[in-house]
Amino acid sequence: MKKLLAMLMAVAMCFTLLTACGNSSDTPAETGSAPAETGDNTGETPADGTAFKLGGTGPLTGGASIYGLAAQRGAQIAVDEIREAGGDIQFDLRYEDDVHVAETAVNAYNTLKGWGMQISLGSVTSTPGIATSALNYEDRIFALTPSASSPDVIEGKDNVYQMCFSDPNQGLASAQYIYEQGLGESVYIIWKNDDIYSTGIKDQFMAEAEALGLNVVGDSTFTEDTQNDFTVQLTDAQQKGADLIFLPMYYQPASLILTQADQMGYEPKFFGVDGMDGILTMEGFDATLAEGVMLLTPFNADATDEATVAFVTKYQDLYGETPNQFAADAYDCVYALKQALETAGCTPDMSNEELCNALMEVFPTITFTGLTGDGQGITWDSTGAVSKAPKGMVIENGAYVGMD
Amino acid sequence: MSNMGKRLTGMKRSTRTSMATYGMVILAYIVIQLIRGLRDGGVGPLLEGQLIPICAYVTMALALNLVVGISGELSLGHAGFMSIGAFAGCSMAMGLESVIPAAPLRLAAAMVFGAAVAAVLGFLIGIPVLRLNGDYLAIVTLAFGEIIKGVVTNIYLGLDSAGLHFSFLTNGNELLDGGKELIKGPVGVMNSERISTFTAGFILVMIALIVIFNLVNSRTGRAIMAARDNRIAAESVGISVTKYKMIAFATSAALAGAAGTLYGCSQVTFVATKFDFNTSILILVFVVLGGLGNMWGSVIAAAALTILPEALRQFQDYRMLVYAIVLILVMLATNNPTLQSFFARLFRRGGDDDDAAPRKGKLSRKEAAR
Repeated sequence: MKKLLAMLMAVAMCFTLLTACGNSSDTPAETGSAPAETGDNTGETPADGTAFKLGGTGPLTGGASIYGLAAQRGAQIAVDEIREAGGDIQFDLRYEDDVHVAETAVNAYNTLKGWGMQISLGSVTSTPGIATSALNYEDRIFALTPSASSPDVIEGKDNVYQMCFSDPNQGLASAQYIYEQGLGESVYIIWKNDDIYSTGIKDQFMAEAEALGLNVVGDSTFTEDTQNDFTVQLTDAQQKGADLIFLPMYYQPASLILTQADQMGYEPKFFGVDGMDGILTMEGFDATLAEGVMLLTPFNADATDEATVAFVTKYQDLYGETPNQFAADAYDCVYALKQALETAGCTPDMSNEELCNALMEVFPTITFTGLTGDGQGITWDSTGAVSKAPKGMVIENGAYVGMD
Repeated sequence: MSNMGKRLTGMKRSTRTSMATYGMVILAYIVIQLIRGLRDGGVGPLLEGQLIPICAYVTMALALNLVVGISGELSLGHAGFMSIGAFAGCSMAMGLESVIPAAPLRLAAAMVFGAAVAAVLGFLIGIPVLRLNGDYLAIVTLAFGEIIKGVVTNIYLGLDSAGLHFSFLTNGNELLDGGKELIKGPVGVMNSERISTFTAGFILVMIALIVIFNLVNSRTGRAIMAARDNRIAAESVGISVTKYKMIAFATSAALAGAAGTLYGCSQVTFVATKFDFNTSILILVFVVLGGLGNMWGSVIAAAALTILPEALRQFQDYRMLVYAIVLILVMLATNNPTLQSFFARLFRRGGDDDDAAPRKGKLSRKEAAR
C-alpha cells in the first residue's frame, strides 16, 4: 500500500516535472529570447502614469500555449511599434499565464489587477474568457479579447468586446461557404463534445446546414481523453460515403485526423475553422498532409498588403515562425484600443472606470482597419460583437492561399 | 493560567491535537478577517480571490485524508465527488434563487444537497469498490472518477416554470421564457451569482474537522483504523470491515461534495473536465505532504500548495517547474529523519504550549506567500 503510494507519487511528480519542462523549454528554444522577458524590458521604459497599463491572460504554457503565446507576441509587437513611433498613447503590456483553466485565469486576472491594470485584453481562450469577463464587468475594466470566441464571453457584459468572430458565426459562415461554393455533396462532422468552442460551432453548422439543405450524412464525437485515435470516426465517415469532413476543432486533433486518414488511404476534402490555424507550424506534423485543407480564418499571412507583410516579417524575425490569426487578432486589438483611446481623448492618468466609460461610448462608433477582416474595416455593435468578413483559405504548398 | 496548562497536559493526546487544529484554523480565519477589515486593499486581489478555493481544497484534503490516512484505502477519484457536489449544489442554488432569497441560507441548502448527492453516490460506488482493496481499489476509484467526468460533461439541465428539463449528449431542452439553463454540457455551469463567502468556507472547514475528529475518536473510528491496520485480525474479532470502510468512504464523499458546492458557487464558470485525474492527484499530494492521517498537516499543505503556484508567478514560464522542485524538496525535507527528530525535540521542549507551533507554521507560510 505504502509502496504503491510512493511509486504513484513519484510517477505523478515526474510527470508534472516533465510537462513543466516541456512547456517552459519550448519557448526559449524556438524563439531565442523568451517573450515575457522582452515584455519586462520594455515595461520599464515608460515612467509610471505615462502609459496605459494593458493586461491579458492566456495559456502561455500547457497544451493550448500556441494560442496564448501567439496572442502575447502579436500584442507585444504592436506595443513596441507604437513605442517606436512615439505619440501620446503608449501601452505597458503584461500577460499572465492561465493554462487554459478558468480558476487559474481568475488568479492571473487578480494578479494583473494588483499590478494596476487599466485596460484588459481579456483572455485568449473561451472558458477562461467567460470567467475573467465577468470580473472585468464587475471591476469596470474595459476588455477587448483577441480570441475568446464564445458568445457567453460578451453576453450581458456591456464593457467586454471581441476581436474574433463568435463560434456560432463561424458555424454559420462555414455552412454557407460549403453550400455556396459547392464544396461537398455529403458532409460528415467530427467534433469534440467536451469543448465549448467545438460544440458551439457544430450546433450552428448543423442548424444552418439543415436550413440550406446541405446533406450532412453523419457526425461523431471525441473528448480530451479520446483524441489519440480517430480510426473509428474516420471509418464511419468513409462507410457513409462522406466526401467532405468538417472539423470544428483545434489543430492538434485535426493533425492526427489528417495523418490517420492518409494512412487509411481515405481522401475526402477537409474543412476547418480558425482553430485549425497553426497546423502548418506544428512540431512533428508532416505539413504535406495538410495540402488541400480548407479553412475559414480572418487573417492571411500571405497577403501582400504593406501592413501584413511588415507584421509577418517582424514576427518571423523575432520568433522564427509564421504568425497565425491569434497573433494578428491581438495585434489588431492593441491598435484598435489605440484608435479608440485617441478618439475618446483619454490619458493614462485616468482611472479604469473613467477609461471604461469612455471606451464603451467610443467603440461602437469607430471603424477600424487592421490585419484581420477584409478591406471593409472592422466595426462593433454595442453588445461587443465584431462584424468582419472571414476569408476562405486553402493550404497549397505549405501556405495559406485565398480561395476566391 | 497554570490550571489551564495543567488541564491541557492532562488531556488525551488526540483531544490536544484536535484542539490545536481547531485553534489554528480559527486563528488563521481571525487574522485574515482582521487584515481584510482593517488594512486598505485587504489581503490583495490575488489572495482575496483564492480564499474560497483554499477553503474548498482544505476540505477536500481533509475528506481524502479520512479515506487514505484513517481508512487506509487509496482513492484516486475524489475529484469526481467534488464534481458531483459542485454541479448538484450549484444547480440547486440557482434553482432556489426565487424560493430562498437569502444567499447564505441558499448556500447552506445547496451544500447540504451537494453533500447528500455525493454521499449517495459514494455509497453506491462503495458497494462494489470496497470489496476490493489496495491497488485494485485505487484503480477502480480512478475509473469511477473518469466516468463521473465523462457523464457530467454530457448533461444538459434546464429549469423553467414547467419544471426541470434534462437531456443527454445534445442539448434538447426547450425552455419556456424566463427559464434558465443550469448545466450546459461541455460549457459547464455559469453561475448567475457567486454566493460562496470566506466565512462559509471557514464554517465548512470547521464542520469537516469536527466530523472527522469525532468520527476518528469514536468506537466507529477505532474499528475503521483496526480494519486498516490488520484486516484479518479485525474480522476475527467480529468487525465488519466493509461496513466500517463504507462509513469512512461515504462520509468522505459527503464532505467532498460540500467542498465542491462551495468551490462551484465561488466560480463564475466551471466545467466537468476541471475535476479530472490531475485534480484527484493534486488533492492526494496535499494529503501525502501534510502526512497520512494528520489533519492539521492537510490543512496547511492544502493552503500552502494552493497559494504556491500563484506566488511563483515571477518565475513566469518556469513557474510549474519551480513548483515541482519545491514540492520535491519539501517532501524530502519532511521525510528526513534528522529534521524529524529536530522538530520532535522542538515540540517536546515547547511543553504544554505545543499547539503554538503548527499555528506559527501556518501563518508564516501564508505570510511568505503573500
